[in-house]
Amino acid sequence: MTKQCSIVAVAALLAGLPAAAQFAVPEIRFESADVLKFPDNIHLGEAAGVATNSKGDVFVYTRTGHPTISIGSARPFAHGGSRLFQFDRTGKFVREIGQGSYGFLFAQQARVDPQDNLWVVDQMSSMVIKFDANGQVQLLLGRKAESEQVPARGTGPAPAAPAGAAAGAAGEAIVGRGAGAGGGRAAGPADAEGPPAGRGRGGPPGAGAQSDVFQRPTDVAWDGAGNIYVADGFGNSRVAKFDKNGKFVKSWGSRGLAPGQFNTPHGIAIDAQGLVYIADSGNRRIQVFDGDGNFKTQFLNVGTPSAICITPGPRQYLYSSNSNPPTDLDVDGEIYKLDLNGRLLGRFGKAGKLLKEFGTVNAIDCRSENELYVGETGNWRVQKLTLHPVP
Amino acid sequence: MRRCVTCCVVVFVLCAGSAFAQSKARAQNVPEIPYESVPNFLKLPPGLYLGEAIGVATNSKGHVFVYTRSANTRLFEFDQNGVYVREIGEGSYGFEFAHAVRVDPQDNIWVVDEGTNMVVKFNPEGRVVMVLGRRPEAVAGVPATQAGPAPPAEKYLLGRPTDVAWDPQGNIFVSDGYVNHRVVKYDKNGRFIRQVGSERAGSEPSQFSTPHGIAVDAQGNVYVADRANNRMQVLDNNLVLRAIYDNIGVSWTVCISPGPHQYLFSSNSNPNGNTPGSWDITGEIYKMELDGTILGRFGHASKQIGGFQVVHAIDCRNPNEIIVAEIESWRVQKLMLKPMPVKASAERQESR
Repeated sequence: MTKQCSIVAVAALLAGLPAAAQFAVPEIRFESADVLKFPDNIHLGEAAGVATNSKGDVFVYTRTGHPTISIGSARPFAHGGSRLFQFDRTGKFVREIGQGSYGFLFAQQARVDPQDNLWVVDQMSSMVIKFDANGQVQLLLGRKAESEQVPARGTGPAPAAPAGAAAGAAGEAIVGRGAGAGGGRAAGPADAEGPPAGRGRGGPPGAGAQSDVFQRPTDVAWDGAGNIYVADGFGNSRVAKFDKNGKFVKSWGSRGLAPGQFNTPHGIAIDAQGLVYIADSGNRRIQVFDGDGNFKTQFLNVGTPSAICITPGPRQYLYSSNSNPPTDLDVDGEIYKLDLNGRLLGRFGKAGKLLKEFGTVNAIDCRSENELYVGETGNWRVQKLTLHPVP
Repeated sequence: MRRCVTCCVVVFVLCAGSAFAQSKARAQNVPEIPYESVPNFLKLPPGLYLGEAIGVATNSKGHVFVYTRSANTRLFEFDQNGVYVREIGEGSYGFEFAHAVRVDPQDNIWVVDEGTNMVVKFNPEGRVVMVLGRRPEAVAGVPATQAGPAPPAEKYLLGRPTDVAWDPQGNIFVSDGYVNHRVVKYDKNGRFIRQVGSERAGSEPSQFSTPHGIAVDAQGNVYVADRANNRMQVLDNNLVLRAIYDNIGVSWTVCISPGPHQYLFSSNSNPNGNTPGSWDITGEIYKMELDGTILGRFGHASKQIGGFQVVHAIDCRNPNEIIVAEIESWRVQKLMLKPMPVKASAERQESR
């Protein structure tokens, strides 16, 4: 018995989860509705990014196909693969934005800033694109690679490399390279197999270039002054800060376990005080920094944070999804509600395919504390959740 | 009769040794079932073309669904007279390289795509309501052509899956496929229950080599077209082997008709590539009892209407009106089967 206990304790420690936290968290009751209504010829693929504006319009940045490469060109050029849709507050389809955009390859995230500008993050073009409320491009961060490398970077010609194995192995390869969409279980620190680490030119692994050259970025947020912060990402392991005009200010972080280091920073949110919360998914923690990148604290009780969101208003709350990996529906999946000190206030949901269950949550919109929109990559849908007050 | 079935099963399982590695002789003196192919069954609007007609299925109203490899993989619906109705899932993230379409008893439309490694369930209105498997991410770039052994099979990822079927409780059975060589059972909500086979091909009983088609009877037994092993394997609802039918040539695809008396259809499709002599020994479809008794055969390899060019899917909702999809003739045919001559029927009785 003692032995069993100690095994459990060790396991809990290894998982970075205080065992007590697992059991003390109240369950939040909630309802769910599949509210978005589509024209016949428009379908969601993986619902990677979801965000609302001040009028309650809902924006979905979705993976609708895979980029195509033409045969018979000087180099292999990738085109298309993702689309951006707008719905009104009742879920009625309004329009498509950015049709045929050069930067829409592999949707990663969508966010709306306080001025109702719409920002999307594309993991494959490594770009952050800002649209104004009319859908016009206002600002670009990063630059899409001109062409694709064949064989793909990091997969190499080695026959044992599983990247080509059609068995969903390409997806797996990504998990191995630092967590597929939805966060991986890569427990180790530095992921040596990652894409060319950050083009850092001598810097530590994952530190990236001191510029807006991203490597598979994941998310974007703003502080009260309009400074832009980008979580970057699957390739790099850093946070990059720009002023409101897009001028590079600084970046911090490298690949690793220490405070201030990251292993797949998968989400970012900023509170009213300008503190920056990073979903450090591969390290199974949320790290908190000031706006200059000084480490303040970390929350270790949220599983693998894959999507995070902070509510607006005078009393702010943090939602964080312990998303299940794409390979498993029988673990994780719940979303946590925390205060900004990291205290767990409640939890809800689990992995699954039914309504009120989650398939690898990749995005949470929490403009309203008890009315959330959740985008899933495992289930191709957006759920609107109505939470009951915390018991 | 009941006892006889049991005997057969026992015999099959007992002799299930290394001998199964070789392909077996096909059944001899099988009566021919006369049939006619309905001329111009599917009426495509101008500008719309089928490519390889990979999947075909009907719903309870007789509407015909065709999952086809054209410039892009697409899913079309036709009415019972073959008149075009609509396209479903246009531009879906799950469509890359068609492999099968099936319609469940609630008229949901399921497609199996071996390019995205996904099974996608559309409701009768044509909206996605469930997906199984996950498409490999594009962001890794162009993958190298696969070489070497397949990675271990995952519960919730598929490796070029081929077909899908359901038991009366709604449990989902997926034949998976070209990379994995297994059958996976999920519950009706998509939760993994168990599998038989693995990521490795094998020819022993309960192993598979390219399980290429799957169907479930009213008792929940599972019939797997074990293509590269030249046989069909019959499993119970828990995926335990019950029988092996190895006298029907290559089992490319399988269909079981509904109703109180169910029939089993299996295609000994002619191989791709039109190799010399291949048309002489392949191409026919067998009609069988569920216990493996062969009732008759119809069809032959040919590029003309009425003949078959690599049958890839069979719909048998009405066991006397068979719809077949062919890879190499880019077409769907509706076949009206006629009653068999009396003499042939008599032989069948004796052969039992």
